[in-house]
Amino acid sequence: MFELIIGHYDYLFIVVLITIGLYGMIIKKNLVKKVIGMSIFQSAIILFYISSAVKSDATVPILVDELSTAEVITYINPLPHALMLTAIVVGVATVGVAFALLVLIYKRYNTLDEKELIERMK
Amino acid sequence: MKHGSTSPIILLLSRVISPYIMLFGMYVIFHGHYSPGGGFQGGAMLAASIILLRIALEEKVHQMHFNSKLGIPLGALGVLIFFGVGLISLLLGGYFLDYKLLPIPGYTPADLHSFGILFIELGIGLAVMSVLVSIYDNLLEDDDV
Amino acid sequence: MKIFSYLALLSLAALLIYAAMDLPSKGDTKALTNQEVSLTGSQVASSYYIKRSYTDANTPNIVTTIIADYRAFDTLGEEVVIFAAGIICYLLLRREKKSETRKH
Repeated sequence: MFELIIGHYDYLFIVVLITIGLYGMIIKKNLVKKVIGMSIFQSAIILFYISSAVKSDATVPILVDELSTAEVITYINPLPHALMLTAIVVGVATVGVAFALLVLIYKRYNTLDEKELIERMK
Repeated sequence: MKHGSTSPIILLLSRVISPYIMLFGMYVIFHGHYSPGGGFQGGAMLAASIILLRIALEEKVHQMHFNSKLGIPLGALGVLIFFGVGLISLLLGGYFLDYKLLPIPGYTPADLHSFGILFIELGIGLAVMSVLVSIYDNLLEDDDV
Repeated sequence: MKIFSYLALLSLAALLIYAAMDLPSKGDTKALTNQEVSLTGSQVASSYYIKRSYTDANTPNIVTTIIADYRAFDTLGEEVVIFAAGIICYLLLRREKKSETRKH
């Protein structure tokens, strides 16, 4: 039981971050706070992929001395790092477009609160 | 911002630090082969050095540094550099983005792969920098601060 | 009404923790993603990239080789995504010169 917790403690932190992100997206009423919750949720998913790529007693995937005879067991898995670069940049683009839409909503309806917005849209 | 900051500490320090951030950003792009880094990371640092001046100074001065009209055309140029490297290989007989057919004389195919990676990182850095600065400019279009 | 949202959130968290106990431990060298040959006999992609990246591209950084040489097409798609986000922000937020009194 104790070994189970020691080996899986990083998944616990990731679930805490997912819960905080979903709390911000569902329960908060301000639109900017919902966008911030989405960004926190995305950081949790990126952390999940990166933490699944680690091997014990292995180093970062940059070849220093043994340039042509690299052993697979001494370098961590480089493929999730490459995939998460794309994910980070897509997150930046999404948050940028979300804030552009929020600026337009504020110019039109003069509020950023969810309940007042639904009232004024009727 | 339209009016700059009134505190002399901010005015002085932002103008002193911004060239060093830009230099470090270019270092991160060019050393993507030998250390962690590459196109996306260096492009974000270059954008940070330009946005620092936009926060601290007034409009007349920061438009002289990097004009707002240059945002989208430079982004299109960055995408065109990436596409151009791929199209050169396509026109010379290989498949798309095949680096060993680049027309640089006197290098082994492994070295030509290294040059292809460098050109692609330059295109990505340019596009990321100009798009981030352009998003900042458009979000603060009619601000009167 | 709000109590249902809180209960749903907590039950989702408990379900995720229960499902995460089956995943491999942190840093396990016997996990299936860290092997050299997969279960059906073909080679795992990560071990191919670690072994062959220096002879293919003369570059010590393996992650840069992956995103710019082996999977360069995905990086092209991603750059188009960034450029599209820039164009969208420009088109949504530009000011038109003399259309202050037009109503759509």
